[in-house]
Amino acid sequence: MIAELGHLLAFLALAAAVGQSVLGLTTGGDAVRRLAFACGMFATLAMVTLIISFVRLDFSVALVAENSHTLKPLIYRIAGAWGNHEGSMLLWCMVMAGYGAAGAVFMREGALRDRALGVQGLLTTGSFAYLLFASSPFTRLTDPPFDGGGMNPLLQDPAVALHPPALYLGYVGMSFVFSLAAAGLINGQIDRDWARRVRPWALFAWSSLTVGIALGSIWAYYELGWGGWWFWDPVENASFMPWLVSAALIHSLIVTEKRGGMASWTVFLSVLTFILALLGTFLVRSGVMTSVHAFATDPTRGLVLLFGLSIAGGAALALFAWRAPTLKAGPEFDPVSREGALILNNLFLAVAAALVLVGTVTPMILQWLGESGVISREAASLSIGEPYFQLTLAPMVAVLLLFMPLAQAAPWRKADLNPLLKWLIPAAIAAVAGAMVAMALGGWGVWLGFGVLVGVWVVVGVGQDIFRRLGPGGLGRVFRLPLTVWGMAIAHIGVGIFVIGATVETATRSERTFPLRTGEIAEMAGWTFQFQNLEQVEGPNYSALRANILASHDGRTEIIQPETRTFQVARTSTTEVAIRKTIGGDVYVALGDQLREDPSAWRVRIAYHPLIDWVFGGAGLIAVGGFMSLVARLRRKAPAEKPADEPAADAPPVPASAPA
Amino acid sequence: MRKRSQRLWLIGAAAVLLTGAGALAVVGLQGAVAFFQSPSDIAEKGATSFKQSLRVGGLIEVGSQKHEDGGKLLTFTITDGKHTVPVVFEGIPPDMVVEGKGVVAEGRFNEKGVLVADRVLAKHDENYMPKEAYEALKRASDGDEQSTYAKEPTT
Repeated sequence: MIAELGHLLAFLALAAAVGQSVLGLTTGGDAVRRLAFACGMFATLAMVTLIISFVRLDFSVALVAENSHTLKPLIYRIAGAWGNHEGSMLLWCMVMAGYGAAGAVFMREGALRDRALGVQGLLTTGSFAYLLFASSPFTRLTDPPFDGGGMNPLLQDPAVALHPPALYLGYVGMSFVFSLAAAGLINGQIDRDWARRVRPWALFAWSSLTVGIALGSIWAYYELGWGGWWFWDPVENASFMPWLVSAALIHSLIVTEKRGGMASWTVFLSVLTFILALLGTFLVRSGVMTSVHAFATDPTRGLVLLFGLSIAGGAALALFAWRAPTLKAGPEFDPVSREGALILNNLFLAVAAALVLVGTVTPMILQWLGESGVISREAASLSIGEPYFQLTLAPMVAVLLLFMPLAQAAPWRKADLNPLLKWLIPAAIAAVAGAMVAMALGGWGVWLGFGVLVGVWVVVGVGQDIFRRLGPGGLGRVFRLPLTVWGMAIAHIGVGIFVIGATVETATRSERTFPLRTGEIAEMAGWTFQFQNLEQVEGPNYSALRANILASHDGRTEIIQPETRTFQVARTSTTEVAIRKTIGGDVYVALGDQLREDPSAWRVRIAYHPLIDWVFGGAGLIAVGGFMSLVARLRRKAPAEKPADEPAADAPPVPASAPA
Repeated sequence: MRKRSQRLWLIGAAAVLLTGAGALAVVGLQGAVAFFQSPSDIAEKGATSFKQSLRVGGLIEVGSQKHEDGGKLLTFTITDGKHTVPVVFEGIPPDMVVEGKGVVAEGRFNEKGVLVADRVLAKHDENYMPKEAYEALKRASDGDEQSTYAKEPTT
């Protein structure tokens, strides 16, 4: 019964979405709000029924039979509901309808809400139609099996169980930003008030996307067993592109909100972000590329997605082309000003996204040309990897970071560069010193020195900016600084820390493979490892070979236990690495295979990943900063009409004078 | 006047940036790509004629996996059913790199014609074959109906 109930609920959600879009785009009014709320409820309940089917292991539901198993632990039975194509589509629909419902609850009454819910209703209708008619998760089997097919063991992991929900909150959240942009265009009202109301949604979606990407990266780091956290894989790039563009968006929204400028560019970015999110979904789901983590791929689904992508994108861009000329330009400003800096930020982020796009789709386009015989098969099959992305993106990131502290300190309209630069001399000294230290310790690589240079520059520069804003009150005023300032500062420091961690980790990580027999010792990065023995361990739905290795470091010893797990149902095996954290980085031990020539020895890979926590910690700070800005926004009361030239309330002039 | 200079400045900055980015992309695309080759392609041209980094796909030949240098190196042969390519990889490959299964190795040939792989890719899923591996088998079996290797990759 429960699957049929879910099916019914999904149809009710579809009906509500249709009503929501029709009314939202025509008469508007309170009915739109109620329908959007109902749609969100129905979609959520439909997801709940699917989760119940998974938890109760109802193998008469085809999706459960294919993807679950009696031996699977409870949490992964729940996560299994979205660990497959159909279930994740339902999650997609639920999040999309949920954003509509959230809009219905949180937005104040008016044309913007009505139209935005209307457009969101259209997108939700499309998603539910696709779900119900092309990939229903509620299909029953007439002849249910006794047990299920199991879930891909690599996905049986807490980080990756939470990865899709967080990623979808980000990806699909961009749909609501898109809807708000379309609504603003329809209403002919893209102004400071519009930007102020869009910004929280963009911030929430972007921060969630950050969390989602970071979770995927953490998972790849410890679960794929070879210690990489980013591979420039198409699937990763697919999430990185919307991230870059929405990062540009949340900055251009500031200019639109505070100064009324860049209105058409801001709208364009809102549309573009969602198009890139759809493109990302298409790349991941359609199986057009070779990826280390493409799951649930199917070319026919790809075609449907491509179709939806063209419709949504084309319509929005046409709307944009029609309305954009009517948008007013903002007040004048000098190139050297906060506006100027934010425009630079946007240019660089947008170009960085374009470079990622080129690197990601070029191989696919060439392959397609090769298959259709336009170019030779030889020329058609190439892959673009880390060297391309490193070469093209490093300069973009470097310039972005160099300008970051300046942008934070520059006043609106017109800034004076000289005092700004003089004031940042401490940050410059710290940056050079940091780069020297890093290169002295980690080898004289250009990337390494450069990355640490800009990273330290940002961290110290942003710190200086905080002190400047504190003014003569000093630390006593720490709690009086506006939360927006903290949000910005923490996110920016997160960027700096991430860049330092990423460059140091990439440039100086080391790894070696040791064949070890009982009692033998390997040494690495100041640690010694003594291979004790190997034992067979039974898990809930796997059996594992577990190595006991005595690890000593600084006179302390402990047993670490890397494993290889073999999952009977899926007939695959996974590597469970043993990781020990130290201040400088992670010691990472993976159990490999038996030495063929000498079965008494096992190959053990030991790696050292310096500053890896800075990579994930930096990403975490970025997300925290984003959420803090969001909270600051929500706490601020609906503003009385502020004068266009906001005084220096949140940004006293440089160098520090005495603000009130 | 002010408005115009503002726009000019913006367009100028964007033009400079786009030119720079375009140049970077071109350089990057020329220097940093790995072309895909099947074992038959390589047999035809001779392994040592490839100077740049490339990707080789196919199946890991059954019985070909060995450890060398006291277990530090893993060697195996990639086959497309007609020709083979010897590969050496330092370290422990991903879990799904198994004899008889599809694999893609990325690296450069050394002077002995052995592919020194710095990356070995397999799929997460036991049934799925990497696209390039499938492609190599298909190329090798073109016109050869009896080939048992080439079958559609499945999800």
